[in-house]
Amino acid sequence: MLLIPCPWCGPRDEAEFGYGGQARVAYPEDPWALDDAAWAEYLFVRDNPEGWFAERWFHRAGCRRWCDVMRDTATNRIAGSGPTGAELPEVTR
Amino acid sequence: MTAELLWRTREPAPSYDAVVVGSGGHGLATAYYLARDHGITNVAVLERGWLAGGNMARNTQIIRSNYLWEASAGIYEHALGLWEDLENDLGRDVEFSQRGVLNLAHTTHDVRESVRRVNANRLNGIDAEWLSPEEVKKLVPIINISPELRYPVMGATYQPRAGIADHDEVAWAYAAAADRLGVHLIEGCEVTGFQRSGDTITGVHTSRGPISTGKVALCAAGHTSVLLDTLGLRLPLQSHPLQALVTQLLEPVIDTVVMSNTVHVYVSQVEKGELVLGAGIDSYNGYGRRGSFSTIEHEIAAAIALYPVFAHAHLLRTWAGVVDVAPDASPIIGLTPFNGLYVNCGWGTGGYKATPGAGHVFADTVANDRPHPLAEPYALERFTTGALIDEHGAAAVAH
Ligand SMILES: Cc1cc2nc3c(=O)[nH]c(=O)nc-3n(C[C@H](O)[C@H](O)[C@H](O)COP(=O)(O)OP(=O)(O)OC[C@H]3O[C@@H](n4cnc5c(N)ncnc54)[C@H](O)[C@@H]3O)c2cc1C
Ligand SMILES: [Zn+2]
Repeated sequence: MLLIPCPWCGPRDEAEFGYGGQARVAYPEDPWALDDAAWAEYLFVRDNPEGWFAERWFHRAGCRRWCDVMRDTATNRIAGSGPTGAELPEVTR
Repeated sequence: MTAELLWRTREPAPSYDAVVVGSGGHGLATAYYLARDHGITNVAVLERGWLAGGNMARNTQIIRSNYLWEASAGIYEHALGLWEDLENDLGRDVEFSQRGVLNLAHTTHDVRESVRRVNANRLNGIDAEWLSPEEVKKLVPIINISPELRYPVMGATYQPRAGIADHDEVAWAYAAAADRLGVHLIEGCEVTGFQRSGDTITGVHTSRGPISTGKVALCAAGHTSVLLDTLGLRLPLQSHPLQALVTQLLEPVIDTVVMSNTVHVYVSQVEKGELVLGAGIDSYNGYGRRGSFSTIEHEIAAAIALYPVFAHAHLLRTWAGVVDVAPDASPIIGLTPFNGLYVNCGWGTGGYKATPGAGHVFADTVANDRPHPLAEPYALERFTTGALIDEHGAAAVAH
């Protein structure tokens, strides 16, 4: 069971959260400029590292806000969290 | 008496005609069919851990072919046909048991989707029936069909030819058959990267030195992204923990397989007497081979509502595998932008049932350097063309 540090509510059980996958995948700045391959990349392809991963969690049963979390997908260690887009702790990859 | 060894321990040779990465069921089956059907016997299967110790050893063994879309019906039914002759073909018992699989419907939407799927299955020549709650109860006497349930049983699809087979026996049977044909099965040998000349793959780097080869067939399941990252090749895959659990040994109480997607629990009882229970993936990405208790809690709550006698069962152990899930919950089989590199991945939570079929069409794809007709719809290009095989979205099938 993960203990996820919500930046507003503090550490809470994972069951209170919804998972949002990789953090900081921005909507294309100029959607018209994208060809099919670039759209496929934006829609379907995300990082899938075995190790540190900046990801998004939604505190569904708490403050109902999204936050970014730095978690190691191999060990489930969490280095830190912050509001979406904020600086996350530096981790060595 | 000395035990008969099923396969020989080999040292990696400096080069092979083909290298298969990963010795799960898919890797072993691929090597077997490469040797048996295509005469490519100078093959190594490289496994970083122990033979078939990945998802192959961890799954809940469910085999069925009642998928909605034609592409899925094609490959899963091809696999089921091979399962039906597998013991004969490999010359070993794999405890293949066609005890039938039910997929429960719990909402009016489920009912519509399920009846539609039964019709689609029949049009594709796949055995399928729609059962009323009373008919479900006849097949599964311990099930609770009371309308009082939060998610009552409103009926089920039934595939009589579906069932289970012992995953370890299946892996060992493929391993023994491949070994007899001269395939090298090499354990404790991790592939760490690829040798290439421009866009052509010429070999692999391993924890036991470089190996050159003209064909690399990837069957690394959950770790496919990790390996392809070394080539800068990004596939639409996310790796998640998927858990299963077993109870202590019990008297026989259920002699078929019952799945439910809406409340997400599935169960069968193996020969020894253990109840084997599975559920959906944990929501987050994970390579740690352990999942969360919240998933287990949900699954057990659903199981006890549906089968009240399970409340007496003791949980013996739980474990997890790492499964690679594609956005349309369908596999990726085929060529890659690199010559000589072939992928078979994205089977997510449902690839065990495909083992013989996946190995068969993948070996054909690798040997002939073009997709097998049943693999064509599963090409990587579908994410660009938009021709997804959306079993998840459309059919709401528990995988
Ligand atoms: C809990 C659970 C329940 C499941 N239940 C079912 C079910 O009921 N029915 C069903 O159809 N499917 C089920 N599945 C899914 C099924 O197990 C997988 O889809 C299928 O096993 C994937 O193919 P595989 O057997 O080759 O994978 P694996 O057995 O995972 O094989 C991949 C192998 O590659 C090796 N490997 C990885 N990286 C490297 C490397 N760099 N170098 C060398 N070797 C490497 C791994 O060690 C592993 O042995 C379940 C899975 C889990 C985890
Ligand atoms: Zn919060």
